[in-house]
Amino acid sequence: MADKKTLAFLLMDAPYESARTTTAFRLIDAAARRGHDVSVFCYEGAVALSFAKQAPHANTVHGRDVAQEDHPNPKDWIIALTAQAEKSGGTLTWTNCGLCVDERGVGEAAAGVGRGSPGDFWKMAGAADNTLVIPTRG
Amino acid sequence: MNKKILQVVESAYRATIEEQDDTVMWFTHAIRGGGAQTAVLLRGHAVNYGVKGQDASGIAFGDKKQTQPPDLPGDLTRLIAKGVEVYVVEEDVEARGLVPTDLIGGLIPIKKSVVPGLMARFSLIWQW
Repeated sequence: MADKKTLAFLLMDAPYESARTTTAFRLIDAAARRGHDVSVFCYEGAVALSFAKQAPHANTVHGRDVAQEDHPNPKDWIIALTAQAEKSGGTLTWTNCGLCVDERGVGEAAAGVGRGSPGDFWKMAGAADNTLVIPTRG
Repeated sequence: MNKKILQVVESAYRATIEEQDDTVMWFTHAIRGGGAQTAVLLRGHAVNYGVKGQDASGIAFGDKKQTQPPDLPGDLTRLIAKGVEVYVVEEDVEARGLVPTDLIGGLIPIKKSVVPGLMARFSLIWQW
């Protein structure tokens, strides 16, 4: 890929709290499909996006059982995006802020998710062609 | 509990893809199912929940496709069918270039100036 780029993202919103999460995943998906190398650093509540114990549930309000509801868990989106990046000839590196993980007790992450610090994001940004920070808003 | 509750919904489309619904609409369905006497007031961006023909289908991350996208006007219609009054602030509808025919049936338009009087009919006001 001649125009292969390296992109860095920082996400901050906790799962199931903001439309920004969906937007961020769409951007990452677009980059992964184009074969770019993508680094994602999750800060504060976003570290729970990869929590391994997320589980789908039935939804009686919707009148659907667990299988019918097919409730999304963002950890599965991360796994799918990582596979997509590899399939397209790129990479997706997903790193959680370690202290943010510890204070939330969400240390069990989906396979392939790493642990780091703001210093790692600083390095990601230094190596990237461009960086996008998607912060929490009040 | 026999206190009447008015759910004032202003924050809109917050995590509706992840949740496959709006969390406050879901909450309202749930407590209505438990017998709560409740109504909904849509204001601000949330008036858009009443727009017909919304389609959030088709999203996928890698090969993980969403099979049950949110159906916000459908959820409202089902809430109305359960006997829940759903009000929309007329000025907020107009400010978004919407006209009444853009909206699902059963919504009750209300002027901003009348909202305090509406609130006075309820024991609890929950602003979301």
